[in-house]
Amino acid sequence: MLDLTASGLAQKIREGEVSSREAAEAANRRVEEIEDRVNAFVTPTPEVALERAEKVDTRIQNGRVRPWEGVPLVVKDVLSTKGVRTTCGSKILEDFTPLYDASALVNFGEDLVMVGKANMDEFAMGSSTENSAYGPTRNPWDLGRVPGGSSGGSAAAVAAGEGWWALGTDTGGSVRQPAALCGIVGLKPTYGRVSRRGLIAFGSSLDCIGPMTRDVRDAALLLQAVAGHDPLDSTSANAEVPDYLADLEGGVDGLRVGVVKELMDERIDAGVREVVEKVVGELAVAGAEVGEASLPHAYYALEAYYIIAPAEISSNLARFDGVRFGLREPAEGVHEMYRRTREMGFGDEAKRRIMLGTYALSSGYYDAYYAQAQKVRTRMIQDFREALSRYDVLVSPTSPSVAFEIGAKTDDPLAMYLQDICAVPASLAGVPAISIPGGLSDGLPVGVQLMSDHFTEPLLLRAARAAEEAADFRFELKL
Amino acid sequence: MISEEQVRHVANLARLGLTDEEIGRMGEQLDAILDSIEKIRELDLKDVPPTANPLDLTNVLRPDEPREELPRERALSTAPDPVDGMFAVPRID
Repeated sequence: MLDLTASGLAQKIREGEVSSREAAEAANRRVEEIEDRVNAFVTPTPEVALERAEKVDTRIQNGRVRPWEGVPLVVKDVLSTKGVRTTCGSKILEDFTPLYDASALVNFGEDLVMVGKANMDEFAMGSSTENSAYGPTRNPWDLGRVPGGSSGGSAAAVAAGEGWWALGTDTGGSVRQPAALCGIVGLKPTYGRVSRRGLIAFGSSLDCIGPMTRDVRDAALLLQAVAGHDPLDSTSANAEVPDYLADLEGGVDGLRVGVVKELMDERIDAGVREVVEKVVGELAVAGAEVGEASLPHAYYALEAYYIIAPAEISSNLARFDGVRFGLREPAEGVHEMYRRTREMGFGDEAKRRIMLGTYALSSGYYDAYYAQAQKVRTRMIQDFREALSRYDVLVSPTSPSVAFEIGAKTDDPLAMYLQDICAVPASLAGVPAISIPGGLSDGLPVGVQLMSDHFTEPLLLRAARAAEEAADFRFELKL
Repeated sequence: MISEEQVRHVANLARLGLTDEEIGRMGEQLDAILDSIEKIRELDLKDVPPTANPLDLTNVLRPDEPREELPRERALSTAPDPVDGMFAVPRID
């Protein structure tokens, strides 16, 4: 049962062949069996899973369930879960238990069968899940390597069968890059497509909640479950949610596919480029019109991102001050209390980005850095508009390399940031982007990224489904 | 080059305690990061408007109607030091 797709398991649950409770038990056993090696979870929630699975089973008997309910889900520990500890991978929230559920989880269904809260880089800052206060997650393909990040726990859990699918969050690649490094599918929807309410904020103008799954169909189904307008998130899109499964098998005949030349240069490992080229070649065979696309400002996207994201972080993380929730370090005066609490509660990367963002926003530097980065963002959006007037879908690698060894980049923040070069253009523009496993390089999975225009997820998923079919890769359970 | 004094100034703005060792290391790392992002300054973007939100949303409003909110005790239940229905803090200096 553990190696099924979520859609496959959902069908068995609907048909009564397997109960949701049996599925939850299987996931719980798997977590017990391999978690000491993988560390995909900050907090496994076996009792929550069983209790809710029983409720779903009862509702199934009464015929009151939606197609995805009952399939156990892994939830990144950045999403607030009522009554279940939510740490964000940080010591500062070690004992924090939210008072309400994130809206995306509410949309999923009333009895969300949750396997556990998945490990992540602290406050979703990082590309390896090594910046967690709860220890690194290991890649099920090779336990000496990172799973990517920041949603590395979610990716590893899905790859290793500690759950059938997961929700991650993506600010500058945090769903797509770990999906790529763990050989699964990761979808960052259009900004605003899924409510951010209850998502503990990192970069408010960039953060997106997205599915991490074993195939493209599961990604479509999970997006269907969580998407929608939310009056409690003023940036959530007030646009109708289409049927994401309807066009899935439509193929790519006549579809215009542009390979982004700026994201296929020597900064990308040769083995990664080869896999992307091979998949694109297969799409051409399947009838796609393939050409070269250009996003000229992609050369400046990483730099703009590493100004805008830290600026938003420095503002968002100001709320962790020892007053209303989380850790408090005692001190004589309130200012010393703030300083000590934040010193003890935050890890190195969080501190680095708070400092970088505060500097970029401080008097005398604002125009040179933050305002300039916001203008690059405007240019990036114009680049996408131009490229997507010629092509329906853009293609690039998801990550410049396959999974790297644990510890390889921890002393060099710049080397770590370079992991995001292919992911951040879509983040800045707010367009949807998906990573699918395209094949292997040196025995490790390579992600192929597809991007399309705002709110065209049905088209993107259809192209991704065809690419998945064309790729030399099939999901197999790891470990 | 970012000076030690600047690092201390920024840390103070962010209300972030840093040890002397961290101040030194942070200065070096910020220098390296700022060097690498310096190149966006070479672009001439004088007449380009800034983007704060990719969907170009403006003034999203909803009716100002009372609705169910967290009761005070619940809202205070996560606080490190709730006192008499309020968030208590050390002396404000």
